[in-house]
Amino acid sequence: MAAAMPLALFVLLLLGPSGWCLADPQRDSLREELVITPLPSGDVAATFQFRTRWDSELQREGVSHYRLFPKALGQLISKYSLRELHLSFTQGFWRTRYWGPPFLQAPSGAELWVWFQDTVTDVDKSWKELSNVLSGIFCASLNFIDSTNTVTPTASFKPLGLANDTDHYFLRYAVLPREVVCTENLTPWKKLLPCSSKAGLSVLLKADRLFHTSYHSQAVHIRPVCRNARCTSISWELRQTLSVVFDAFITGQGKKDWSLFRMFSRTLTEPCPLASESRVYVDITNYNQDNETLEVNPPPTTTYQDVILGTRKTYAIYDLLDTAMINNSRNLNIQLKWKRPPENGYIHYQPAQDRLQPHLLEMLIQLPANSVTKVSIQFERALLKWTEYTPDPNHGFYVSPSVLSALVPSMVAANPVDWEESPLFNSLFPVSDGSNYFVRLYTEPLLVNLPTPDFSMPYNVICLTCTVVAVCYGSFYNLLTRTFHIEEPRTGGLAKRLANLIRRIRGVPPL
Amino acid sequence: MGLLSDPVRRRALARLVLRLNAPLCVLSYLAGLAWFLALAFPPLTQRTYMSENAMGSTMVEEQFAGGDRARAFARDFAAQRRKSGALPVAWLERTMRSVGLEVYAQRFSRRLPFPDETHERYMVSGTNVYGILRAPRAASTESLVLTVPCGSDSTNSQAVGLLLALAAHFRGQIYWAKDIIFLVTEHDLLGTEAWLEAYHDVNVTGMQSSPLQGRAGAIQAAVALELSSDMVTSLDVAVEGLNGQLPNLDLLNLFQTFCQKGGLLCTLQGKLQPQDWTSLDGPLQGLQMLLLMVLRQASGRPHGSHGLFLRYRVEALTLRGINSFRQYKYDLVAVGKALEGMFRKLNHLLERLHQSFFFYLLPALSRFVSIGLYMPAAGFLLLVLGLKALELWMQLHEAGVGLEEPRGSPGPSVPLPPAQGVGLASLVAPLLISQAMGLALYVLPVLGQHVAAQHFPVAEAEAVVLTLLAIYAAGLALPHNTHRTAAGLHRPHQLLTGLPAGRHYGARCCARQASWVPDPLCCLAGADKPGSHTPWQPVPVAGTAGGATVTGRGLAAFPGSAGPGCAGASHLRCPALPTAVPGPLPLLAAFLECALLEVRSACPGHQAGTETCQGPHFDSFQGNKQVSVSAAI
Repeated sequence: MAAAMPLALFVLLLLGPSGWCLADPQRDSLREELVITPLPSGDVAATFQFRTRWDSELQREGVSHYRLFPKALGQLISKYSLRELHLSFTQGFWRTRYWGPPFLQAPSGAELWVWFQDTVTDVDKSWKELSNVLSGIFCASLNFIDSTNTVTPTASFKPLGLANDTDHYFLRYAVLPREVVCTENLTPWKKLLPCSSKAGLSVLLKADRLFHTSYHSQAVHIRPVCRNARCTSISWELRQTLSVVFDAFITGQGKKDWSLFRMFSRTLTEPCPLASESRVYVDITNYNQDNETLEVNPPPTTTYQDVILGTRKTYAIYDLLDTAMINNSRNLNIQLKWKRPPENGYIHYQPAQDRLQPHLLEMLIQLPANSVTKVSIQFERALLKWTEYTPDPNHGFYVSPSVLSALVPSMVAANPVDWEESPLFNSLFPVSDGSNYFVRLYTEPLLVNLPTPDFSMPYNVICLTCTVVAVCYGSFYNLLTRTFHIEEPRTGGLAKRLANLIRRIRGVPPL
Repeated sequence: MGLLSDPVRRRALARLVLRLNAPLCVLSYLAGLAWFLALAFPPLTQRTYMSENAMGSTMVEEQFAGGDRARAFARDFAAQRRKSGALPVAWLERTMRSVGLEVYAQRFSRRLPFPDETHERYMVSGTNVYGILRAPRAASTESLVLTVPCGSDSTNSQAVGLLLALAAHFRGQIYWAKDIIFLVTEHDLLGTEAWLEAYHDVNVTGMQSSPLQGRAGAIQAAVALELSSDMVTSLDVAVEGLNGQLPNLDLLNLFQTFCQKGGLLCTLQGKLQPQDWTSLDGPLQGLQMLLLMVLRQASGRPHGSHGLFLRYRVEALTLRGINSFRQYKYDLVAVGKALEGMFRKLNHLLERLHQSFFFYLLPALSRFVSIGLYMPAAGFLLLVLGLKALELWMQLHEAGVGLEEPRGSPGPSVPLPPAQGVGLASLVAPLLISQAMGLALYVLPVLGQHVAAQHFPVAEAEAVVLTLLAIYAAGLALPHNTHRTAAGLHRPHQLLTGLPAGRHYGARCCARQASWVPDPLCCLAGADKPGSHTPWQPVPVAGTAGGATVTGRGLAAFPGSAGPGCAGASHLRCPALPTAVPGPLPLLAAFLECALLEVRSACPGHQAGTETCQGPHFDSFQGNKQVSVSAAI
């Protein structure tokens, strides 16, 4: 009887969602996926993606009932007439040189870029309000976004989803390089997941391990997508991604072996019952040709081959049945070196206004092969107003990372695949054909030292400087440039004055 | 400054200054010297203290235990170096990669202005190798540097070994918030400079180097390590950088903290720390170290490769392991622990080191003299110049006032020397000077050679030449009486002392000129009879040949280039002095003029020439005029 009770409960639980589905014709769906990639340097990257798709026009219909789609974000979309929202929190820096190209890079700190609907009249006001609301939702300092760090790029950051027009007036972009990402940002992010961190892949998301890594990046992407192949109506897609890079040197004591348990100190036990797809992909490229180099335990049931970021990759697929155990690293070497400066291109420069808007420099460049391109910007260090210094002025001031968006020709031609069916890690950026792939890279933020007054004793310094300038310099200058004459007291009266007047006219010294 | 605006009180003050000027100058100079020597004594020296709160409160527990590993690395490095004869780049890259760093190399070459001493070559090329330990979850905005310079003479293999062992230890830790760069440079300072220039993407010394592939943001602090033995008796710390620049005092405090914690014997200027500050011994030793430090700073040369970092606003110091004949020795683990502690504390920094002093003098490692306390000494020494200038200016002004109020006493400010005293008094000075010169020539070369060879980067042979040059230069600064009299020129100091305004020495000078160069054309147009003017009488100045009287102010009395013939030229030789307006600016102009004229007339062609006022002579005259005018403006 004791055994039967939990069983009955379990059946009930399972029946619950499916019963609901029968009643409501499946208007939203959840797919979750984890990609584990051994990096060329020996480290291991793990990328989680959770995709919630909702076949509903959030703006038009007065939506009040939410099932899988988080209500907080859904209301945001309708209230601020969002078309797309991309928000990322990153701690660390993706080292492309050693780790290879990322699926999805993000700049260090917090990045937010939003496309508004063209019905929005006051974009800046909506942007300000939106950033404040997001600040509350994600427990981050996004409320520090204001006009001084917001730009409107004209060449990059095209809409990733369905878009009729791309009037850049409705785009806003901001980066906060100093934002420190930690557990308080992860918890609200996890709460947006339908299964939270109770079941499915998200049980692996334990903060103590995730923040023990070399790189941590979590993001939220909302965009409209086609509901069907003919694109007659739109659906809303919410993607939550989280990438971490585990340092094999520290965690594995120099060995490159890894297991889910060693990385996350958890194992997968069950899929999220709400998910329609729950998979783990493990990069086992070259596994088939060379059986000696690596061994995956348990052996994968199926494999998936595709051209990812320009190279042909083989992935072992675990449809969340069992835990993945051991893998060795493989190399993927894509190295691009540029040596000659570019000839032509589109350059858009929007100069800064002090305390109003930042500089924006956009360049559209065709890079020749085997060349190095160096973009340098000259700047002057200036003294700020004394109230504008941060509490730690000697730390320096951050310059946001620059962004490189590129359509890189692929080395191997990719097969056209059904977009809806392909794995999530391969389908965020729209790709026109199989010969190119899209990469967006970020540089590291820059720490610049500005001239800083001595804040330790400002009162003394100001007093001393003013005293020296006013008293010493002033009177010495006065003294050195002035001549002194002794003036006789006037005793002569009118006659003498007249005589002096005449003498002055004559040009002789007065009496 | 009402005191100075009131003419009566002003005059009184001026008299006081004029009368007491010489004693005041001497007093001020002596006060400066005394203050400087007193700096090493306890009320003026303070104990050092850690100002940076990020480094003060937390204590770290050092866990470095890679002594054997460091020695093994050092042995391998030395063997590889012997084998290849240069920096074993490939071995370094391999080893650094094996301990888990991102490794890069930088090639550089530099054409030297002089051939280097050991190899007699002009072209020096080498390779720097550096590995970056990337801090987890940090965006590479800040970094620390541990550097080991490998020169041709100093092998530094133990330092390289310790660097590698430390890198291996640091790589296994998870607490790093800043990237750490482990840098091994070739050719000592050349390599360091090449790396720094490439890192900051500047080129100030004409170094050719390959661009750096790996960066790690703004460098917060750097430590240079020089170690050539497995055991050390003491660690010597060098702080003096390029042109006497110093790192923030907190960095030195940090080093001192870990010296004390690890019980290491630490020295400054290669000397043990004075212990007893209550008696006279301690301060005297401190004074010696302080003077040594001043001397090292004055040499302008960086004492260790850390000195070049300071130029890029990176706080840095050099640690040197000294192995002498003391009994108690420390192994590499002790040194490694001190370095580990320093790096962990530097890792805590939230801002650049800025809290503590940037200008200080060190009588000991644990004591310092702040800028507020040593500047008065320099101030007293500089006050002498100010007093002297004030005296000159006031004499000028006094003279002007004296003319305006004729009191019947002609030129009271220029007392004529008593006729009897002339013989003896004039003998004393030359005798003294010549004796002193003889003594200096006898003593200074040997002494100077010692000092120069010890503290400046010169060879002994060069030192002799340089010392002679220095003595000659010092000789130039001596009074130039004899020289100028021989050249047949006026004496500039006569121009200044006791000069009655409204007069000038055109006539007198002309008289001299006439007696020296018997050419009446060279006299003033208005003074055709040279003997007709006594030196102390005012003469109307004839500006041009037309004889128009110019009583203009200062330089306005100069004839333009239109002044024909020698009249203008010779007039210019004896420049008119400010008449109506006493002030510093015309005075300056006159000064400059005299110097220029002196140079010109010292030219032999000019002296020997017959003053025909043509060709180059005229040109140079015009040039003179332009210079003087621009100075007056």
